[in-house]
Amino acid sequence: MTPGEDAVKSPTDFSDSVDVQRERRQLAETWREPTGLVGWFSCVHHTTIGRRFIITAFVFFLLGGIEAVLMRLQLARPENRLLGPDLYNQIFTMHGSTMMFLFAVPMMLGLGIYLVPLMVGARNIAFPRLIAFGYYLYLFGGIFLYFMFLLNSGPDNGWFSYVPLAGPQYAPGKRADVWAQLITFTEVSSLVVAVGLIVTVFKLRRPGMSINRIPLFVWAELVISFMIIFAMPTVALASTCLILDRLIGTHFFNPAEGGDVLLWQHLFWFFGHPEVYIIFIPATGIISAILPTFCRRKIFGYTLLVLSLVATGFIGFGLWVHHMFATGLPKVAQSFFTAASMMIALPTGAQIFCWLATLWRGKLVVKTPLLFVLGFFFNFLIGGLTGVMLASVTLNQQVHDTFFVVAHFHYVLIGGSVFPLFGGLYYWFPKITGRMLSERTGRWVFGLMMIGFNLTFFPMHQLGLKGMPRRVYTYLPGLGWEGLNLLATVGGSIMAVSVLLFIVNAFQSLRAGEAANDNPWGAGSLEWATAAPPPVYNFARLSVVAGHDPLWDEFEKQPVVTGVRSDLREVLVTTVLDAAPDHKYLMPDPSMWPFLTAVATTGLFVGSIFTPWAVVIGAVPVTITMIGWFWPKRREQEEQAAAEHGHHSGAGKDEGPVGGERPIWEGQA
Amino acid sequence: MKREDLTIDVSDLPVYAFGARSLMWWGTLGMIVIEGTMFALLIGAYFYLRGRVPDWPPNGLPPQLRWGIVNTVVLLASVLPNIWYQRAAERKDLATVRLGLVISIVFAVAFVVIRFCEFRVLNCHWTTNAYGSVVWTLLGLHTVHLITDLADTIVLTALMFIGPVDGKHFVDVSENAFYWYFVVIVWLPIFAVLYLAPRWI
Amino acid sequence: MKLWGKQKLWRNALPVICAAMLTLYSSCAGRQSALDPAGPQSLRLSRMWWLMFWVCTVVFILVMAALCEALRRARSRARPEVEPIAERKITKVIAGALGISAVILFILMIADFMTGRAVYSQPQNALQIKVYGRQWWWEFQYGDPQPSRRVTTANEIHIPVGRPVMLQMTARDVIHSLWVPNLHGKTDLMPGYQTTMWLQADRPGTYRGQCAEYCGHQHAHMAFLVVAESNEQFNAWFENQCRAAHSPIDASQQRGQQLFMTRGCVMCHQIRGTNAGGRLAPDLTHLASRQTIAAGTLQNNHDNLGNWIADSQHVKPGNRMPPSGLNGEDLQAIVSYLENLK
Repeated sequence: MTPGEDAVKSPTDFSDSVDVQRERRQLAETWREPTGLVGWFSCVHHTTIGRRFIITAFVFFLLGGIEAVLMRLQLARPENRLLGPDLYNQIFTMHGSTMMFLFAVPMMLGLGIYLVPLMVGARNIAFPRLIAFGYYLYLFGGIFLYFMFLLNSGPDNGWFSYVPLAGPQYAPGKRADVWAQLITFTEVSSLVVAVGLIVTVFKLRRPGMSINRIPLFVWAELVISFMIIFAMPTVALASTCLILDRLIGTHFFNPAEGGDVLLWQHLFWFFGHPEVYIIFIPATGIISAILPTFCRRKIFGYTLLVLSLVATGFIGFGLWVHHMFATGLPKVAQSFFTAASMMIALPTGAQIFCWLATLWRGKLVVKTPLLFVLGFFFNFLIGGLTGVMLASVTLNQQVHDTFFVVAHFHYVLIGGSVFPLFGGLYYWFPKITGRMLSERTGRWVFGLMMIGFNLTFFPMHQLGLKGMPRRVYTYLPGLGWEGLNLLATVGGSIMAVSVLLFIVNAFQSLRAGEAANDNPWGAGSLEWATAAPPPVYNFARLSVVAGHDPLWDEFEKQPVVTGVRSDLREVLVTTVLDAAPDHKYLMPDPSMWPFLTAVATTGLFVGSIFTPWAVVIGAVPVTITMIGWFWPKRREQEEQAAAEHGHHSGAGKDEGPVGGERPIWEGQA
Repeated sequence: MKREDLTIDVSDLPVYAFGARSLMWWGTLGMIVIEGTMFALLIGAYFYLRGRVPDWPPNGLPPQLRWGIVNTVVLLASVLPNIWYQRAAERKDLATVRLGLVISIVFAVAFVVIRFCEFRVLNCHWTTNAYGSVVWTLLGLHTVHLITDLADTIVLTALMFIGPVDGKHFVDVSENAFYWYFVVIVWLPIFAVLYLAPRWI
Repeated sequence: MKLWGKQKLWRNALPVICAAMLTLYSSCAGRQSALDPAGPQSLRLSRMWWLMFWVCTVVFILVMAALCEALRRARSRARPEVEPIAERKITKVIAGALGISAVILFILMIADFMTGRAVYSQPQNALQIKVYGRQWWWEFQYGDPQPSRRVTTANEIHIPVGRPVMLQMTARDVIHSLWVPNLHGKTDLMPGYQTTMWLQADRPGTYRGQCAEYCGHQHAHMAFLVVAESNEQFNAWFENQCRAAHSPIDASQQRGQQLFMTRGCVMCHQIRGTNAGGRLAPDLTHLASRQTIAAGTLQNNHDNLGNWIADSQHVKPGNRMPPSGLNGEDLQAIVSYLENLK
């Protein structure tokens, strides 16, 4: 199939011989996910866990949205009494923390968990139990946060929780500890997922998918996984030091005893800036996935796009002080960060130019995913340009900590990530569920979201310049802020309507939507080379890949990999650069231990905000559950032995047993 | 030629592999980078706090050298049985692997015990000042790694004794040694920071 | 109704353009506005803003125009273009665009550095004021070689027009940020650090400043006033501030002063010239000379003062002043006394 053709014929529409049908049945049986209530907690396939991540993240998106609507209602009028200061301060903290930690990153990782193994042509993600554990830990962290919020113990110091306000002296109670521990939950979850994604991309790619043929969305997920590995430990360290200060009397942030309040800011923003790129970069991957399909041609500038992704990832670590320009740090040091903060516009600009070139030379097909991409161009460009403004130290001193900044980051986060995300949801919904979302409703969702979003946030630029600081639960009349605030609230309501419309659309489609074939958009990447939704073994035929849009690169003519067993959960492990077949690996069976370990870990984390002894006592159930996790079951032992004895000769230095002989090491003292 | 005629047959490939070929190696490497980053940042915080006060340690003595040096020697020595059993694992020599793991456990118990001696002569307390806080946290974080390393090794040793043992378990053994090297090597800069920096800088 | 890409874009651009016009139309002027500079610092910053604004607007229009043109071409095409020579040409165009972007960014960076040099230079003959940020009010202390003339006041400062004012700032509790948009950008006040900033008013007026770093419950109500006036007016004000507090002039005020001294107000507040020496709350020696109370939250008049003293928690919930439990005649007496502290 070439990109010029419309999507009619599915690439999996090969004549399925009897052998192939038998193989599919066996694969379905081998890779079967457990069912029932108990079985629900034992699932380990990446499509299951990916779906859970996506749905859970979307629920948190809605909760964060409700918090936003409440804030906007309170700010619609000066000296409004809808929300008092205590509740408002909790709500704006919950909004930021929910959106950043419980929606944005998990959603992008969830899309990665679902799509990356499919896009690289694997049958499952690497370390599936670890990924499942990551999901439960994320879920429990979010539940913990909201449970405490309902007990009036929700964090109230902003999503970046500056000290000394969040320290032991000025933040009584457990609110700041709840925030710090939320960080621990979500950051451990993200870290384990990042490791799984990296190993999947490095080692489980389809033969032929050399490094210059990896899809751009996969590149984006790979880059953010690396970023997570270097950035998340920083916030883990910061939140640990905060808990230690609050719980056992350390003085990391106490200036009276040699501690330093800016240490918090350095540690937090060293994580915090890469965090926003962790949210933005996968969105660029989504754009790079959607655009070629709706321009009916390969993306322009694949190499430049990959280099831009990597460059953005690197440079993103060198910007953090631009969040601290008002703290009076030495001007020379600040200038370096101005330069870096402006420089990062270049790789992002390169991506935009490549996308424009793809459009310029393509044949346009207007569907809802493309509309969201166009919305992204408009909105993100505004956000990026205000970002350049903020990079200037002098201008920053006027607009820092005002509604101008609130406008900026919502333009880059909503414009730059949420719009592409919705495009991605419309794009991949047919693959995930087997049904199409309504195109007509999709245009309404897009239109309302576009109008609502701009009406909400554009006036905020003006508000900031007119002197309105952020994180204020109310404001005095007579300063010229009333009209703009009211406009923003109206816009917010329109945005809320658009999201509700999307949910209605999703439910309707799930029930009675148009059935989707394997590749309704005529796209080129591997996830479209299987049924919708994909069978639990992902692919029956493992075809070699010959380009970075496999289905558009003579897919039918490629050789097929044979010899991967279908009676065991075997996957093919390939080399890092060339994706040449290297060895085979047995994926773990479904298991409840990741869930149980997450429960034990939750006990440890929650307990440790009350007493340091919880770490010691809590370590016991964690150790027990982890032993249960790693200790091989009889059935797994048998499967591994069967896999190892089943082959006839070793390769390299691994000499396996010959024929059916027992291995020489068994049973001998 | 029909499509079905073009095949790449991988049925002869082994089902486990050592070193950078294995998934487990990459997973362990990921863990090492994550933990290493945390240590690097904590060391960074140590020097950042150092820059904020004129004296270091403020109003106090640096940690006593004796147990720190003893433990450094023990840690470095513990690498030897690890190398020994790692090579045995690659040969699938179960007897040697079992012995090597047990010897490693002995070393691990030793360095955990000596670590508690180190804590007692740190000459500071975490509640006194930021210096005490960062010293205890840095040493404490490394101690957590020592204890988890000991626990991992015990569980793995039990597995290798109870059996049955497949090739994949030898890969796990090899990765255990890999993690062990990290715990030892990361100690060297931490030792320098905790024990030598307050004396020399 | 099928909507094509470009039409869609314009249709959705319309509300934004309307919003933009609306917002730009609502005036830039204001007494807490960065776009209404009243001093050299804020003037330089506002020039930086307008430079950035116009450059970014032009870039935005150019990129959007390129997008619209790309959509127009893509719509009219029957098949996508993939011819390699043309692709190479586009690569050159992109390289050129990136080069131009780099130049623009470089120019903006230089503009920032030059603005910074001017803004952060040290002024001559500056009036020295120490600032202490507290939850949720501002303590100001005028510097002077003579200790008896080091005036301490709260939530309102007067400065002479045309003379630089050097602020040396720190926080007594959590991080705050001092921001008077008409006069300058903001600088944080942090415990354990001393930060400095100078500003100057070139025209008389009352400019409002507000805390710009979230500092807890009543961050929203932590404002202050900067009154810029002529040299003569400033000197007169300052001389008045140096004096001790006025004595009560009638029986009611006597009673008020007595209540003040015995009801616990003295635990936190200072009134120079009396026994009230508390340093935890605003200095009240010349309370009646101030335009606002409660850190810029309320106009300083009889009713507001009475309500505030009776139960400040109703006005500014969570603030550190407990309800006084006073009412009726006693309340009137204290208010009357305080109103005399001009």
